[in-house]
Amino acid sequence: MTKHTLSVLVEDKPGVLARVAGLFSRRGFNIESLAVGRTEHPDISRMTIVVSVDELPLEQVTKQLNKLVNVIKIVELEPSAAVQRQLLLVKVRADATVRSQVLETVQLFRAKVVDVSPEAVTVEATGTSEKLDALLRMLEPYGLREIVQSGMVAIGRGARSITATAVR
Amino acid sequence: MTSATSRPAAGETPSPRPGPRPKPAPPTGAPVRVTGAQSLVRSLEAVGCEVVFGIPGGTILPAYDPLLDSTKVRHVLVRHEQGAGHAATGYAQATGRVGVCMATSGPGATNLVTPLADANMDSVPVVAITGQQTRPLIGTDAFQEADICGITMPITKHNFLVTDPADIPRAIAEAFHLAATGRPGPVLVDIPKDVLQEMTSFSWPPELRLPGYRPTTRPHGKQVREAAKLIATARRPVLYVGGGVIKADASAQLLELAESTGIPVVTTLMARGAFPDSHPQHLGMPGMHGTVAAVAAMQKADLLVALGARFDDRVTGQLSTFAPDAQVVHADIDPAEISKNRRADVPIVGDCKEIITELVDAVKAEKDNATREVDLAPWWAQIDSWRETFPLGYDWPDDGTLSPQYVIERIGALTPPDAVFTAGVGQHQMWAAQFVKYERPRSWINSGGLGTMGYAVPAAMGAKAGVPQSQVWAIDGDGCFQMTNQELATCAIEGLPIKVAVINNGNLGMVRQWQTLFYGERYSNTDLGTHKHRIPDFKLLAEALGCAGLRAESREEVDAVIQQAMEINDRPVVIDFVVGKDAQVWPMVAAGTGNSEIMAARGIRPLFDEDDV
Repeated sequence: MTKHTLSVLVEDKPGVLARVAGLFSRRGFNIESLAVGRTEHPDISRMTIVVSVDELPLEQVTKQLNKLVNVIKIVELEPSAAVQRQLLLVKVRADATVRSQVLETVQLFRAKVVDVSPEAVTVEATGTSEKLDALLRMLEPYGLREIVQSGMVAIGRGARSITATAVR
Repeated sequence: MTSATSRPAAGETPSPRPGPRPKPAPPTGAPVRVTGAQSLVRSLEAVGCEVVFGIPGGTILPAYDPLLDSTKVRHVLVRHEQGAGHAATGYAQATGRVGVCMATSGPGATNLVTPLADANMDSVPVVAITGQQTRPLIGTDAFQEADICGITMPITKHNFLVTDPADIPRAIAEAFHLAATGRPGPVLVDIPKDVLQEMTSFSWPPELRLPGYRPTTRPHGKQVREAAKLIATARRPVLYVGGGVIKADASAQLLELAESTGIPVVTTLMARGAFPDSHPQHLGMPGMHGTVAAVAAMQKADLLVALGARFDDRVTGQLSTFAPDAQVVHADIDPAEISKNRRADVPIVGDCKEIITELVDAVKAEKDNATREVDLAPWWAQIDSWRETFPLGYDWPDDGTLSPQYVIERIGALTPPDAVFTAGVGQHQMWAAQFVKYERPRSWINSGGLGTMGYAVPAAMGAKAGVPQSQVWAIDGDGCFQMTNQELATCAIEGLPIKVAVINNGNLGMVRQWQTLFYGERYSNTDLGTHKHRIPDFKLLAEALGCAGLRAESREEVDAVIQQAMEINDRPVVIDFVVGKDAQVWPMVAAGTGNSEIMAARGIRPLFDEDDV
C-alpha cells in the first residue's frame, strides 16, 4: 500500500467532517492524518487527508468522497509536486546537565524552543512527517514526556490554485 | 449568493401557534409572511408533491396544522412510520416521482431508518421530513430527541438540519432536486419545532446552492464509440440490464438497442419489466436465483454491456470466477459504481437513456463501416439449448399440498396487463420475480439491495396511491406479512384497495430452504406456527383490518379466489394461500460459490464445460 495525500475542498457546513470521516471508516479505509481549516473563500474549508491504500481502492474512495454533496473538489497531491508540512510540539526531559545537548539537536533541525522549565523544554517543529520522526528519534534518549502533532497540510507547488477553479 | 427569502426581523417572537390560515400559495412571486410550517407546506405544494405518508407527533405537530388546509397535498395517515417510508418508495417506484414521508422526532424518525436504508440501496427518490426538538433543546437528550441526521448519514444521499425558517423553501427544493436527479436516492430534512413555529417569509422558487453536486448525464462520445466497437465485434455479447434503465425511463431505447443488435438481454431483480419478458431475446433474471440461460450466458459471454447495473454479489456470485472471458462495458450515472466490483474495460458515465440512445447510433455506424457483420447465430444456438434444457419450472409437492409457484404463476396470468406487483423478501419474492411475466417498467416493485422483509404491503399501499387506476398486488410471505400488515387498516380507511396474496407456507421459507440445504435439515426457529396453530388466521385478521379475507388451500380453488379478489374493489383483499412448506427456489447459486456452479434444481448441475461455443 502507498501513501496518498488528498486535498478535499468542502462546503463549510456543520457535519461535513463527520460525513467525510464516516465515509472512510464505513468503506474500510484508515485515515493516517487529517487536517481541516479555512481557505481564502469564506464558504469553503479544505481538508488534507493522508491515506494508505492501493491505487484501485483509492479510486473508489475518491469517487465515494465526490458523491458527498458537500464535497466540492478533490485533488491528489503528488509528494514531488507539493509542499507538505506537519506541526509538532514535544516536551523533552532536559535538566541542566543535558539541556545544551537538547538545544543543539533542536537547532540542527531548525526547530525552536517555545517553553523552558528546570526539568524540561518544549520544542516546536514543522516539516514533513519524516523530518519530525527523525527529530523525535534524536530527542528520545533524553525522555519524551509529551507529544502532540497536527495533521499534515499540503499545497501544490507553482502558481496554480486548486480553489480558484472550484469556485464559480 | 443571496437567498430568495428574507430573514425574520430581529426581536421578533416566535408565535406559539400558527397564524391565520394561509391564502393559496402563489407559485412564484413576492415573499409572503408565513410560519415555518406554512412555508414547508407551501414548498411541498410548489415542488409538486401530491401525497405525503406520515404520522404526526410532538415536534412535527406545527406542520400538520397547515397540512389540514392544503388542497394540493394529500396526507395518508399510516399506522407505523416504517409503513410511511416504504409507501413513499412504493409510490416513487410506481410513478417515477419523488415519494414523501413525514414523521416526528425521536422514535418517529428512527422508525424511518429501515425504509431510508432500503431506498438508498435501491436508489429510490424519497424525501423524508422529520420534526426535531426545538433548537435550544438540541443536544440535551430532550424528550423524543434523536440525532436523525447523524443516524441517517450513511443511508441517505444527503440530509439537512434546517436551523432557520427562511431556509425551508431552499431545503425542500434542494432535497427534491437531490432525490430525483443523478443517481436517485433518499434525502432527509430535519426541522426543529421552533423553526416550524417561527414567522418567516416564503417565496418561490428559491435559489439552489449545491456547488458540490453536478451529476454527469451526457455520456462521453469517445467512450460510446469505444463501446460500440466492442458491441459490433463481440461474438458472445450480453446486455446486462439493471434498475438504472427503469429509473432513466430508457426501456424504449433498450428495446431498440437490443433489436437492432440482436444481443440477448438479462434483467436483474431491480430491472424486471425493463425489457418485456415475452421478448424472444430475453433470457430472464441473472444471479443467485436466475435462469440457467441468463447465468450461463453471462458466464460464457465475451462481452457484458452493463446498463444501470452494479455487479451486485447476488448477480456475480464469487466475483473472481464471474464471467471470466468477458470484456465489460459499464454504463452508469454513478461513477463510483464503475469498476467498484468488476473492472470495466469501457466505462461510460451518464444517464442511461442518453447513453443507450447514443449507443444505438454508434453501433449502427460501426456496423455500416464493418466489412462483415459478426454472426450471432452460434451464440443463440448455444443459448437456446440452455433455454430448452433448463427452462424455469417447478414440481408439485409430493405431499399433495398447494404449490406456491403455481399460485404466483396464476396471479401473473389472470391479472390485467396494467397490474403492478410488490413483494416482500424471501422465497415468494424470488418466485414472483421468476413466475410473473413482466412486460413493462414499473410493474415490479421490490426490496432488492437491503432485502427488507415486510416491504410488500406498505409499498403496495404507496404504489396504489400513485397509480390508483392500476390493480396493485402485494405478493407476500406469511413471515413478511406479519411485520407490516397493520398498514391494511390504512389502506382500508384511506381508500387504497390493494390485493395481498399471502404465500403462507407457515415458515420463514427462504431461511428454511437454507437449513434444508446447508444445515442438515435442522429447522431452528423457522416454523412460525401459522400452519400448525393457524395463528394468526389471516382471513380473520384481514377482516378485522377492514379488508376482505379469502383463502385457498387446493389447486382447484386458486383461479376462483384470484377472480373473486379482482372483483372486490371497495376495500383491500387478502388471500391466504396455504401452500406446502417444502417447495424450494431453483435454480440456485449457493452463496460464496461461482456462477458456473449453478444448480438448475436440487442435484442437477448443468455441465457447461462440454458445450463451449
